[in-house]
Amino acid sequence: MSIVVNSVTKRFGDFVALDNVNLEVRDGSLTALLGPSGSGKSTLLRVIAGLEQPDTGTVVMNGQDVTRVPVQDRGVGFCFQHYAAFKHMTVRDNVAFGLKIRKRPKAEIEKRVRELLELVHLEGFIDRYPGQLSGGQRQRMALARALAVEPKVLLLDEPFGALDAKVREELRAWLRRLHDEVHVTTIFVTHDQEEAMDVAEQIVVMNEGRIEQAGAPRELYEHPKTEFVMSFVGPVNRLGYEFVRPHDLEIGHVPKQGAIEAMIERIVHLGFEVRVELSPAEGDRLWAQLTRQQAEELELAENQIVYVRPARKKVFDENGPRTEELLPA
Amino acid sequence: MSSVGHIEAPPKRVHMPRFGGAALSRGFVITYLSVLVLIPIAALAVRSTEDGWDGFWTAVSHPMAVDAIILTILASLAVVVINAVMGTLLAWVLVRDDFPGKGILNSLIDLPFALPTIVAGLVLMALYGETGVLGIEGISFTIAGVILALLFVTLPFVIRAVQPTLMELDLEMEEAAASLGARPFTIVRRIILPNLAPAILAGSALAFARAVGEFGAVALISGNIPGKTQVAALFIYSRIESGDMSGATAVSVVLLAISVSILFGFHMINRWSTRHGR
Repeated sequence: MSIVVNSVTKRFGDFVALDNVNLEVRDGSLTALLGPSGSGKSTLLRVIAGLEQPDTGTVVMNGQDVTRVPVQDRGVGFCFQHYAAFKHMTVRDNVAFGLKIRKRPKAEIEKRVRELLELVHLEGFIDRYPGQLSGGQRQRMALARALAVEPKVLLLDEPFGALDAKVREELRAWLRRLHDEVHVTTIFVTHDQEEAMDVAEQIVVMNEGRIEQAGAPRELYEHPKTEFVMSFVGPVNRLGYEFVRPHDLEIGHVPKQGAIEAMIERIVHLGFEVRVELSPAEGDRLWAQLTRQQAEELELAENQIVYVRPARKKVFDENGPRTEELLPA
Repeated sequence: MSSVGHIEAPPKRVHMPRFGGAALSRGFVITYLSVLVLIPIAALAVRSTEDGWDGFWTAVSHPMAVDAIILTILASLAVVVINAVMGTLLAWVLVRDDFPGKGILNSLIDLPFALPTIVAGLVLMALYGETGVLGIEGISFTIAGVILALLFVTLPFVIRAVQPTLMELDLEMEEAAASLGARPFTIVRRIILPNLAPAILAGSALAFARAVGEFGAVALISGNIPGKTQVAALFIYSRIESGDMSGATAVSVVLLAISVSILFGFHMINRWSTRHGR
């Protein structure tokens, strides 16, 4: 189901959570709402779900204005960061909740619950209580519960935010596969740019209640329209108006045109990647991202004086955003 | 393991002797409870059977005693039911609603606790008595008056038990239920009430125990009419006044047994309903 958000504004007292937001989500797509806390991403998700009423503007689903339709009738599945498991019910009753409300026959409910638990790999936990499950299992149960009512839209609010790194990564991969299987229009909220790039087809970057930019992960990374997107999507070094990705910093042992002198403060080996922390003669600290091989060939050492220059940089000034590339010297 | 054989085995963990802190504090707690609660209760039980079991049975089965005990139990049950409903509603309003004067209302809830119960009785008389401000007939010297007095003194129990649970209740649980299609009434019935049940039960148990033993608040408004509005506690007092100690202690033991079994019963229900360690 396609979703269109038209000039939605939402205030909480004096705080403007959403400021004239416009958004389009294609049918069957997987979209991430990305932004720092307080950027309005969760509020936008809740407005789409019907858990929050916008002050002005409309939400349109499949061409129908649903702004005044209550959450019960929107056909959305919603998952919360802290799972919102029904603590007093077994996993079976949690997943069956929406179906029981729809008064489906018992046998059908049982069959559907078992199918869904298989889908989320919780077959053996059907008679457990949420208190007996791990965080990752609880979130999978919450997903099965949301999917049980065959929602036309799946909305996930920081679904992996409360989980540890390894489980988070597993669930990300699993969510992508799930989306490939069920093809339900999915929007999830995250503050983790890596998670957004990893999972989503479309990323919507939000800041201070506004959408900064929306597009495919690669497009945002390569062609950010604003400083905010540049610095929020992917790591970045800042040189005045110029922004340089750490992998676009070239390190050499001899001075070159456009290179600045810097001392190596620290070298961090992260397996394949090597991080070089640099302290320039003037200006803020920088860091460069090299492969292990590059670092070895350059024979870098701490306290060494080197010359760094941005091979590719982004400039955001009054002339608008643009990319400047240096020719290999 | 042989390759690390040269490393000395870590010293065995030294166990703290069991006596000392733990045993001492446990002993203290048990002694304190014994002196304060258990020994007096035992003395009461012994005293009640001084005239033998026959004497105990005669005292307890006296029609006035039976009437007083039945009235006490029924009135207390009625009070518990009303408290469970109204207390939960009041707690709901105090937690979920926002209105001017909420803080004052909240502190007012504890007034029946703070007031000496005989003063509470006087208050009720001043309002509902035959010469009272309202002058409503049919309350003073009736069972309705007894229930009213008991409601007054047991007001805070359920409210104060439910309030913290309600405050901690996960709002997202309700939103999740709504997103699955549950209407407000269904959310209350299937999500909120089951989560509040242990707290409602706990508050009700305390309210019941308190109602069974209430003396001061009912003394005036009930009129203390034997066989009609005389509650057990007042019956016991009247026995003592007429020098019938074994009659007084016998009924006291029955009251005690009722309170203990009710508290125990609620405790068991509570354990059963929270058996999943949530």
